[in-house]
Amino acid sequence: MKLSREEQAMLAGERGTAVQIAMRILTTMGRVFGARRLIPIESAHIDGCLYHGDSGIDFAQKLVDGGAKTVVPTTLNVGAIDLLHPEHFQGTAVQAQKATRLMQLYQQMGCSPIWTCAPYQVEQRPLTGQQIAWAESNAIVFANSVLGACTNRYGDFIDICAAITGRAPEYGLHLPENRRGQIVFHLHNIPDRLRHADVLYPVLGYLIGSRAANKIPVITGLPASSSEDQLKALGAAAASSGAVALFHAVGITPEAPTLDTALHGRPPEAEITVTVDDLKAMRGHLSTVADGPIDVVALGSPHFSLAEFEQLLPILRQFPPAIEFIVCTHRLVLAALQKRGWLSELKELGVAVVVDTCVVVTPIVRARGGTLMTNSGKFAHYTPGNIGFSVIFGSLEECVRSAAQGQVWRDEGLWEN
Amino acid sequence: MHTNWQATCLVEGSGSGQVLILDEPLSLWGGLNPQTGEIIDRRHPQSGRTVTGRVLILPAGRGSSSASSILLEAVRAETAPTAIITAEADSILALGAVVAQEIYGRSLPVVVLAGEDFTAVCAHLSTFPQTTVCVQNELVILENGKT
Repeated sequence: MKLSREEQAMLAGERGTAVQIAMRILTTMGRVFGARRLIPIESAHIDGCLYHGDSGIDFAQKLVDGGAKTVVPTTLNVGAIDLLHPEHFQGTAVQAQKATRLMQLYQQMGCSPIWTCAPYQVEQRPLTGQQIAWAESNAIVFANSVLGACTNRYGDFIDICAAITGRAPEYGLHLPENRRGQIVFHLHNIPDRLRHADVLYPVLGYLIGSRAANKIPVITGLPASSSEDQLKALGAAAASSGAVALFHAVGITPEAPTLDTALHGRPPEAEITVTVDDLKAMRGHLSTVADGPIDVVALGSPHFSLAEFEQLLPILRQFPPAIEFIVCTHRLVLAALQKRGWLSELKELGVAVVVDTCVVVTPIVRARGGTLMTNSGKFAHYTPGNIGFSVIFGSLEECVRSAAQGQVWRDEGLWEN
Repeated sequence: MHTNWQATCLVEGSGSGQVLILDEPLSLWGGLNPQTGEIIDRRHPQSGRTVTGRVLILPAGRGSSSASSILLEAVRAETAPTAIITAEADSILALGAVVAQEIYGRSLPVVVLAGEDFTAVCAHLSTFPQTTVCVQNELVILENGKT
């Protein structure tokens, strides 16, 4: 790999040991994936601040001791504890202390403590065509697909390496020729009500992720009115069941004004027709148990936006929960909820609003096992493995009305032809 | 049946053991408990199996960008596989192994066996599950491999 004189100095340790370690990791990864050089990046989003064990602290401490400081605008993903409401944490005191310690280490390096998996709904967001180095699977797919910024599927550790050097290895999705759509998914004869429903998006995303694996999917047939919250749900689900880092939605996302443009004028590697029956089967796959009693409802993966709270509140007022009900969001939305008087209303309705973290990354749910219901494809995917609950997937309205009766309520009409 | 296979080496090193073959891609975060080495993705065909001390063979990674953290933590907690063989290069798995070398000086080779070779090796290992596999940089050696 060809390095500039400055980059060679960084690698030789002349800019401190943290920069040297970061440079070593970046150049190793660059070599592995055939990058010819490093390129400057405009921003970084860091996923490494979530505590999984002492190794994360060992790594971050080594960088802090080596004088690490971010040189581009850098935001932080969720940590393992809600720092504003530590009472939500159900783990041990030692775990809480270590989770907090790791979050502090990343702050010490100059990262912005927004603690959210939806940084694209908080900060000044990347522009189309900008080179960035983002981690967090759903943020990666949103930045690439919906914003048209360019990032690879970066993982924990290399994210902060990019942030403290301002560089990323030039390979993969940083290069325009690698952003070509490969597999086309045609929505076929989807009933109109379902085609315009929020619940379509995570189900479709889960299907696409499981079929496309690490290829770039192109979707035809989604309504032009698809909202950012809907696309965020689609991307998060696709990046859970697959390794999707970029999708194109024809007529919606910036690199797909037409099918032909999304495919860079070449034929696709495969075409898949998606029918309502395929979607129904995938919806079934998102649940791990049959409809029945539920113990908790959790929403907000990716973190709930203010617009999503606006949808939630009227349903909640009509059907207040009878069981534990958690919504995960970030601090900006929390402040907006407070300002509108909605936060106190949510509390009175029995809803816990969690910030800085979420229910599948850390122990928050108070119920001791049982069944969790959610409208998030990502929560549905990770809940059984991470927190040991069975899971039931449903629409937002299904989740709220089920919470009101402690038993799954279904709007079956939505899925009929 | 060949006993030596040429792979593409993503992360150098050597490691050997009996294999654990995964029938589907796995996200290590949400898929592997690094304290126990158990596969915890409850929808995964190999849910409940243990990767510790095995040569882990999987078609590809998927899902979370925290997979690198989970791999590093598994190395620290000594629950990690001894080597990883995939059919598709996964940058996040490779990253976890690169950082394990950087932080703990521990080698965990990660290699890619191209399409047909991957299928052939998996088929052989399914027939002879007691085979020991040794990964040495870009070389994958099936020991006691029947011909």
